[in-house]
Amino acid sequence: MKAAIPSGASGILSSLAESVFAAGVGFLASGILLAVLGKDPIKAFYYLFEGSFGNVTNITITLAYASPLILTALTFAIGVRAGLFNIGAEGTFYVGAAAAVAASFVHLPFGLGLLLILIAAGAAGAAWSVPAYLLKSYRGVHEVISTIMMNNIALFAMQFVVLDYLLDPTRSDKSSSIPIDARFPVLISPNLSYAIFFAILVCLGVYYYLWQTPGGYELRAVGLNPDASKFSGVNPRKPMLYAFLLGGITAGLGGAVEVAGTFTPFAIYTGLSNLVNFGFNGLAVALIGRNHPLACVVAGVFFGALQAGASSVQILGISFEIVEVVEGMIVFAVAAPQLYHMVRSRMK
Amino acid sequence: MSFDFGSLGAISVISLNFMVPIALTAIGEIFAEKAGVVNIGLEGIMLVGAFFAILVAWNTGNPYMGLLGGVATGLGFGALHAVISVWLKGDQIISGVGLNLFAIGFVPFATFAIWNVSGVFPPVSFSFGRIAEISTPWAPLSYFVPISVGVSILFWYLLKRTRWGYQVRATGENPEAADAVGIDVEKTRIIAVLIGSALAGLAGAYLSIDVVGQVTKDISAGRGFIALATVVFAGWNPLVGLVGALVFGYSQGAATWFAGVPALRDVIPHADYLLSAIPYIATLVVVAIAIGRRNAPKALGVAYKRE
Repeated sequence: MKAAIPSGASGILSSLAESVFAAGVGFLASGILLAVLGKDPIKAFYYLFEGSFGNVTNITITLAYASPLILTALTFAIGVRAGLFNIGAEGTFYVGAAAAVAASFVHLPFGLGLLLILIAAGAAGAAWSVPAYLLKSYRGVHEVISTIMMNNIALFAMQFVVLDYLLDPTRSDKSSSIPIDARFPVLISPNLSYAIFFAILVCLGVYYYLWQTPGGYELRAVGLNPDASKFSGVNPRKPMLYAFLLGGITAGLGGAVEVAGTFTPFAIYTGLSNLVNFGFNGLAVALIGRNHPLACVVAGVFFGALQAGASSVQILGISFEIVEVVEGMIVFAVAAPQLYHMVRSRMK
Repeated sequence: MSFDFGSLGAISVISLNFMVPIALTAIGEIFAEKAGVVNIGLEGIMLVGAFFAILVAWNTGNPYMGLLGGVATGLGFGALHAVISVWLKGDQIISGVGLNLFAIGFVPFATFAIWNVSGVFPPVSFSFGRIAEISTPWAPLSYFVPISVGVSILFWYLLKRTRWGYQVRATGENPEAADAVGIDVEKTRIIAVLIGSALAGLAGAYLSIDVVGQVTKDISAGRGFIALATVVFAGWNPLVGLVGALVFGYSQGAATWFAGVPALRDVIPHADYLLSAIPYIATLVVVAIAIGRRNAPKALGVAYKRE
């Protein structure tokens, strides 16, 4: 259960090629599926593209979708760098969003409300990731098992929290909305806020931590070779803890960005319907971005574009869930890098 | 709040029926994991299994053909998972994530593309000539309950008492050694994955054909993940797996029942959501206290590359 980490210039080129190949396989396979069901795949993909990059409004929607995805992608990417398979972003994202809404009940002036929301969401996300660390570090429980369980606990616990503590007094289908002065300021009206810059800033911060600080070096060293770093005097528990905490913070911030920084109702629907799948889609973003914080920005925009374009394909009588079909196919292709190498060696 | 044996009986029958999809999926996954391949895409396989079961049953008018359709779907997606994770030596977890993502999108997408309705088909729950049921004083009990018990005993026997089961376990514990004594590691793993996925597909078909009478985009409702929890909870033993599925079936049955009790609703509103989280919390507690990774197959999740 270890994902490959590229290194060096040729490594970067070949991982770029692998990502492009995976995206190609995803579109090709989905195109075949569309054709089988009697839909025109070329038209469908054209509308998908038009809906995501066709004009300024669509581009802003793409970037708005990308903002939380970039943050949940970091959770998985940081985990892989430390040799972990942390798939807990999904549940942590719900927890962060709920913490953000809860924190917005405190009214503070001068944008301090937003600061409090971000602190609350990051802290809640970090706290939510601690059980997986403790189980891994002290009981040897694999993080895939523990994070799957934590995701499902969050799914039900946060629905409970929304219904019993955060519900909008005037409506029964969503939580209270975050007040305007505690949201991310609008960048391009009405869809895009400064949340996109915040997400990129967090990516830069994670990049700096992983590659420019001793702590980050230890984290990556443990990920590359846990035994060797143990011999060189690194206690693997500390970098592991930091990887879980940092991953929890980024997913929690992702939840805050979704409710305080995108065009959705600045609240949580009772079934968490506007939150589900951001964590798992983020995982796919990290895979396409080869678990590099900066590449995750590009991959996040790609997946944001898919989400944004989804509503456009509906004109063709295709439901917007086609996007998840494409994403699923892309992930299959990423899962088997062998496939790329086989195709490449055939072509030579 | 009144409590009588009538409602206990009703909860028990409901819970036994709820046990079935978790039990079938968990037992299949125990078998696959014993061979060293984990499949976190069971949730997705259940979902597409439920979909194709309805597609087949609707077009043939035969619920049993629908069940077979579910099994065939499980085999198909199991083959995809096996090709990626065994043959191409890809990553089992990532492939499973792909399965789940695909299924979440595919079912509503195909429901709309084929029947031109969104989310649910048929729009009204349909009785597909019902699978035979056992009548009890409280609620009808599905024949799949005794079938699940049989499957659990069968797989326990296969794993523990047969030569083939020994080969499967060897493949999951130490593939190098298994290979050295002439066991075909890849073939064993592919068959184990196919069996596990076929059972997950059957579980999905059971849900759509026998329980709900329609397919919805959230029909699997986390049962694939509960099945994964059950596998760990049971320490990879099919007999304990059946007990675990019953416990988790009960917590779902209880959640359904509690949601309708006014007295409890007044004390803790929406307590059913907290009850729904119990299987996952229970699994974490069990692995933390008792099991850890002690019983896990040693080569679980690792692709076997011949040196």
